[in-house]
Amino acid sequence: MSVAAIGAGTGSKQNEPPQKTGRAWLPYLLLLPAGLWLLLFFALPLVQLGATSLYDPTGSLSTGYAMTWSFGNYPEALDAYKWHFLRSLGYAAVATAICLLLGYPLAYAIAHRAGRWKNVLLVGVIAPFFTSFLIRTLAWKTILSDNGPLVEALRTLHLLGADGRLLATPTAVIMGLVYNFLPFMVLPLYASLERLDQRLLEAAGDLYAGPVSTFWKVTLPLSMPGVVAGTLLTFIPATGDYINAELLGTPREYMIGNVIDSAFLVRLDYPQAAALSFLLMAVVLLVVFVYVRRSGTEEIL
Amino acid sequence: MSGDLRLTNVTKSFGPFTAVDDLTLTVPQGAFFALLGASGCGKTTTLRMVAGLEEPSAGQVTLGGTDITRLRPYQRPVNTVFQSYALFPHLSITENVAFGLRRKGVKNVAPQVEQMLSLVQLDDFGGRRPHQLSGGQQQRVALARALINHPQVLLLDEPLGALDLKLRRQMQIELKRIQTEVGITFVHVTHDQEEAMTMADTVAVMNDGRIEQLGAPAEIYEFPATPFVANFLGQSNLLAGTGGLARSGDDLSITAHGSRFTVPAARSRATGDKIYLGVRPEKLHLVTSEADVPSGFQHLTGTVTDSSYVGVSTQYLVRTAWDTELSVFAPNSGLGGSLPPGAEVTVAWNPAHAFLLDRLDGAGDATHALVEERA
Amino acid sequence: MRRHWVLVTGLLVLLYLFLPIFVVAALSFNEPSSRLSYDFHRFTLDNWANPCGPGDMCDAVGRSIEIALLATLIATVLGTLMAFALARHRFRGRDATNLLIFMPMATPEVVMGSSLLALFVAGGVSLGFWTVVVAHVMFCVSFVVVTVKARLAGLDPRLEEAAMDLYAGEWQTFYRITLPLVAPGIVAAALLSFSLSFDDFIITNFNSGTTVTFPMYVWGAAQRGIPPQVNVIGTAMFLIAVLIVVAGEIINRRRAA
Repeated sequence: MSVAAIGAGTGSKQNEPPQKTGRAWLPYLLLLPAGLWLLLFFALPLVQLGATSLYDPTGSLSTGYAMTWSFGNYPEALDAYKWHFLRSLGYAAVATAICLLLGYPLAYAIAHRAGRWKNVLLVGVIAPFFTSFLIRTLAWKTILSDNGPLVEALRTLHLLGADGRLLATPTAVIMGLVYNFLPFMVLPLYASLERLDQRLLEAAGDLYAGPVSTFWKVTLPLSMPGVVAGTLLTFIPATGDYINAELLGTPREYMIGNVIDSAFLVRLDYPQAAALSFLLMAVVLLVVFVYVRRSGTEEIL
Repeated sequence: MSGDLRLTNVTKSFGPFTAVDDLTLTVPQGAFFALLGASGCGKTTTLRMVAGLEEPSAGQVTLGGTDITRLRPYQRPVNTVFQSYALFPHLSITENVAFGLRRKGVKNVAPQVEQMLSLVQLDDFGGRRPHQLSGGQQQRVALARALINHPQVLLLDEPLGALDLKLRRQMQIELKRIQTEVGITFVHVTHDQEEAMTMADTVAVMNDGRIEQLGAPAEIYEFPATPFVANFLGQSNLLAGTGGLARSGDDLSITAHGSRFTVPAARSRATGDKIYLGVRPEKLHLVTSEADVPSGFQHLTGTVTDSSYVGVSTQYLVRTAWDTELSVFAPNSGLGGSLPPGAEVTVAWNPAHAFLLDRLDGAGDATHALVEERA
Repeated sequence: MRRHWVLVTGLLVLLYLFLPIFVVAALSFNEPSSRLSYDFHRFTLDNWANPCGPGDMCDAVGRSIEIALLATLIATVLGTLMAFALARHRFRGRDATNLLIFMPMATPEVVMGSSLLALFVAGGVSLGFWTVVVAHVMFCVSFVVVTVKARLAGLDPRLEEAAMDLYAGEWQTFYRITLPLVAPGIVAAALLSFSLSFDDFIITNFNSGTTVTFPMYVWGAAQRGIPPQVNVIGTAMFLIAVLIVVAGEIINRRRAA
């Protein structure tokens, strides 16, 4: 339910608070602890990540790293893992599109068709996510498994070849991403669809718009803040995710997150890992800013 | 008197925007005082400065001779009935009403709360929450919550704005009754001229951060001080006079659109050459020929272009020879018949009902009421 | 017709969201045929009777709860203070502050986790319980700020003015009017923080050293075969969360009545 607040918070225009007289230092005092925490443990680490990415690539954790401004780490890392990057962006984009297609009817139904069951359905969207992320993804592993009823049914219906499988395929990874990030799409969509005045739809109908053109000309444009917030909240974590690829896929489906994870924690190749991480952040920020700018909803930032 | 509320040269600016401009005003103790104006005229800002919710940029606010300009809201013997009431949603009606007393450290609040709730006729509602009450009931709780503290001045910020017409009329009478009963000074902010006139004994008409006119309702209505007041408080036919004033005995004569008219000198507020001749629509009489004009009355001729039957009267638009449409309200007293559009008529008035005002350079005839904005 | 089309689609999507929960609940009653088997083999109540059967699992759950409580407490206090500053005051640096709040939500977890690791390694900080708490507070703060700020933005400023008008000083106004009215937002923010922290794997994985939280335990177990008791914990978490939501709703209704 609180993720709904995020959608509402990011989606709505921020009102300037009224000027308060006196005590100009008070807001800074209130900001200080959280601001300091974020500067120390979010901003500063990013600076350190940038520095680490320029360390001498021949160093190691045991011998120590020297700062050699090795910008060559970047082309090297990109060259070695460009397919992982593209795969991450591609999987995330497809997953986001599917989330939008699934999430929109659900959000619309909760906002305008559920009547007194609205709150129950809203809790229904969030409740599954109180069970741990990993446990849910492992459950999908069971559902999609080769000798499970789902694969069996699909084989019988010839939607899947006799030895066709779901697990360990891109389909499984994308489905996992869709599943895990769907609420991040539904809640902002719900927040903006709930504000949609039903009378506008009646007015559109009165002015000769059929259901389809009413949707394209009235409903969708008015819910754009929710669409933008939802796609971002889905796309960003999906791009960086590696749990789904790890549990539902094989190394052939590995995303950039898997590479970063193993470079940092298994191969201990810090400079390359940092370069990849920094690149991922840059790519995501670029996509976010271009997307927000093009969709004309800058107040979301 | 000792309890007067006095604002002296008060100015309030928000950045480059001046909401209240060098305002000086005295509200006598025990008065029912209305600040009337369109939205954005500075009336609510004035009220908030009295309440202590805004600090004036310049000037002084005193209450009974004590300077309260810089006092915090909770240090002033002033209470407010807020627009849309601002009842505390998490507290019961009883706790809402008792709030001020409890903050002042009163131990046994129950008898006073009970008495107050019965004054506003909500005896059995103490245990409820604000959202369980109707708009009119919430309004009365807001009033009780303020009055229970026996403030020296009660401020009312558009208190009836959210109520429907019938309830509003009822509450106006109620408020007036309570004010008479408790004898507290009421300062009432409203954009509804009828509300201001029926309730207040003194009305101040505000425009652009200044007071345009201050006085008893009838006085303002019968003899407005500015063209703004003439058309904000009711409606006036203002004809542009040309060529200045000429005095003959107790009368002034002016020329407008080629005809000469006279007005008693006492009915003139004009100071320069640019003049408006004003007459209220209901002071105009329609007769069929110049022969029927009562003696001593002045007249002009025109053509009826529109008539609207509104029950107590019929409102006509009469187009003059120079193409201005005058408003004329004819009472439906059963004496005259109705006039069809196209009828040639003579419009007559008693010069004692006309008035002269200064006109801005270049301003032409003005015969329409300023449209009221709903807050 | 369209009415039903939308509603039916919505309910189907909802069913999809619940599908794995049914599986988790079912598997919590499963007696697996072997360690690496996820098929439903035989019904048993043993897992529920003996949830702490597999060694270390309940330790990990306890540690996760400890971390989540600490992180929630710190993040809620810090975030609430900041939300008040942003919602109630005008000051230089507002835009920069808003950006600082927004950025952690727009940064992939793997980047946040790895950058924090880079900092800890460079600073020679040994990884463990406290580095995990620090990391969790960091990503929870933004969510607290946004949630509490939204609640504050919806608060009618006239209510506080009315309290001041009725002789309540600044402090009294704050704890008699502002705080009770913002409390639901703060509680929601705290619950959100708790669940984010309890469930976090990626950032924790980078910064935990040898400390094992519940998600870390599950991750490790996934390689060796998941004990069915993991599903007991998953189902229990789901039930507890739903209970809290239902209880909250009942309290709300009571208050309203």
